[in-house]
Amino acid sequence: MEQLNAWFTRLLADNEIFTAQTIGYYAHGLANTAQLVLLSLLIGLMLAVPLAIGRSSSRPWVKWPIFLYTYVFRGTPLLIQLYIIYYGVVFVDGIQDTWLWLILEKPFYPALIAFTLNTAAYTTEIFRGAIKATPKGEIEAARAYGMSQAKMLRRIVLPSAFRRALPAYGNEVIFMLHASAIASVVTIMDLTGAARFVYARFYAPFDAFLFVAAIYLCLTFGILYLFRYLEKRLLAHLKPQT
Amino acid sequence: MIDLQGYGPRLLQGAWVTIELGLLSLLLSIILGLLTATAKMSRSWIAHRLGTLYTTLIRGVPDLVLMMLLFFGGQIGVNMITDWLYYQFDIDIFININEFVAGVVTIGLIFGAYMGETFRGAFLAVDSGQIEAARAYGMSESLMFRRVRFPQMMRHALPGLSNNWMVLLKTTALVSVIGLTDMVRVAEEATKATHEPFTFLIPVAVIYLLIASVSEWGFARLQKRYNVGFGES
Amino acid sequence: MAETPLPLEVRNLKKRFGDNEVLKGLSLEARQGDVISLIGASGSGKSTFLRCMNLLELPDEGDLIVHGESIRFKQTRRGREPADWKQVERIRAKLSMVFQSFNLWAHMTLLENVIEAPVHVLGKPKKEAVDHARSLLERVGLAERADYYPAQLSGGQQQRGAIARALAMEPEVMLFDEPTSALDPELVGDVLKVMRDLADEGRTMIVVTHEMGFARDVSSQVIYLHQGQVEEAGPPDQVLGNPRSERLKQFLAPKF
Repeated sequence: MEQLNAWFTRLLADNEIFTAQTIGYYAHGLANTAQLVLLSLLIGLMLAVPLAIGRSSSRPWVKWPIFLYTYVFRGTPLLIQLYIIYYGVVFVDGIQDTWLWLILEKPFYPALIAFTLNTAAYTTEIFRGAIKATPKGEIEAARAYGMSQAKMLRRIVLPSAFRRALPAYGNEVIFMLHASAIASVVTIMDLTGAARFVYARFYAPFDAFLFVAAIYLCLTFGILYLFRYLEKRLLAHLKPQT
Repeated sequence: MIDLQGYGPRLLQGAWVTIELGLLSLLLSIILGLLTATAKMSRSWIAHRLGTLYTTLIRGVPDLVLMMLLFFGGQIGVNMITDWLYYQFDIDIFININEFVAGVVTIGLIFGAYMGETFRGAFLAVDSGQIEAARAYGMSESLMFRRVRFPQMMRHALPGLSNNWMVLLKTTALVSVIGLTDMVRVAEEATKATHEPFTFLIPVAVIYLLIASVSEWGFARLQKRYNVGFGES
Repeated sequence: MAETPLPLEVRNLKKRFGDNEVLKGLSLEARQGDVISLIGASGSGKSTFLRCMNLLELPDEGDLIVHGESIRFKQTRRGREPADWKQVERIRAKLSMVFQSFNLWAHMTLLENVIEAPVHVLGKPKKEAVDHARSLLERVGLAERADYYPAQLSGGQQQRGAIARALAMEPEVMLFDEPTSALDPELVGDVLKVMRDLADEGRTMIVVTHEMGFARDVSSQVIYLHQGQVEEAGPPDQVLGNPRSERLKQFLAPKF
């Protein structure tokens, strides 16, 4: 242990980049990234459930506006969406004078709004697909046993759709983690922002970016394993007993 | 009409850069994807491992980070190699990495990994009886690839290919961050200069939607062509 | 004399799909304890008829009376629809259906499947529903499989589980839609045995079936449908033992 400690101190002493201070930047960046990603995923998920139900509705005036929303947000780069909201907030006259400015002044919130709207659009389509894939017989059985539309949705359609959506949603979570790297573009000190800072200060692209790539890789694997575990638990019912 | 305040031509140039960048990286990613798929399916242990390592690493790291690593790191890396050549062998060359090439290489490299997965799945989906029949009629490996395996694989690969292209197209926007003047970059500069966020960014968003819609239509037609003989699947 | 209302009465039911009239005025009366078998070639309308009884298909004309309560309809632009879906839901809960492809809810265990509708549609206390469900699963021979998911069970087990689910509703009438058609031949027997037991204990059942043995031994009435019309109906020995119509004779003739 002593030896290891000494070795580690020497290792850190030998390099000029990974000091306690830069490690601190990365840690701070990790916290920002985690906050942005988790919050946008959480709010996006809450928006996506009612939107997906509406998107699966047979009423055109419910269905089409939601389709338009998901089409636009899935068909354009997140960077553009971020710019529109970020600059939209900054440059639109009058906003600076309202109470909203207290919140929107920090780039964190425009970024959060853009990320949330983006992930909500993707998640809506994931859920819609899962709802659509509900076996017809199960819906028929629910109707035959006297369930109302609302009860059927709550008890049969959604629980089975959520489980079916799990693998695709896992991909969406990873996608959001990776997409959040562009937060650094609007001056947020997220993980990538920290890496850019370290790069600019030491002109050491390999150290700065390889280190952050390794962190992202670990996070990605973490999410992957979490979802694999969830799938194993929640999708057990689809596997025939061996 | 919207008043683009003189940014119109530059915006169009930027749109062209986006399209060029997209198509060239698509081409590169398809080539890399086919190579990766072949490597992953090969009997060689090393090729298989290398293919897996490549797809895992690329898919585990954000596009933007890879892009910065390759773009900022690429130049230093190249300089290191040319310096070494100079000191060791007295060869004096200077290679300047241009943003466009860096963009194409990075995006191609990233999507090569995704294409690899798409192609691998598609190759595996081809009925093995088809390959056996080709072999039984004395086709060589390369002839079989061109005449049977590839055309049949494409039918399975097209949906994934189309999906990858849509994501790739949106990823091209990131090159604006490393300094390439695509349409996003032009729109962002114009926005900063004029303080009119919607005048430039929304048309750019619309162009993305247009390209996506045209591609969707094109892929639907291609799919139809490759589906010949398979009914409505 | 006060008459007890019939569990199920259908009067002059008609159903069209586009221009194609698949049910051309069918009537049926099920008395308490009746077992009515609907037989006929595929396309004769027997399944559609059954599915009209709990309004999984909406009939274009005709009346449905469940235990004396007539289902109210209204005319809309899209055609005839129930005036009150709440009424339909209440009535469906009295007519349990057993499907050809079981249609157990895949994300619930067998036990959860059985208690689902009693708890969430009828509002039964959960503990009571669980106790009842366990005894029903015991009856159909699946007590040990209560915590299995449908995908982990054989077709025959799934269908017996589905019958337990139907019984848990304590239905007025049980509707069976070709319950053995999707099963491997060696699994059919167990399901038919459960159905025979139900008939013996006096359940009112309407069964769409291809199993002529079952129809002959168990039914109180057999209805032979052809192209949406009743071709022959009556007690099984008469309809199956001594058919009058040529078509029914052919239908019953052994096939090679």
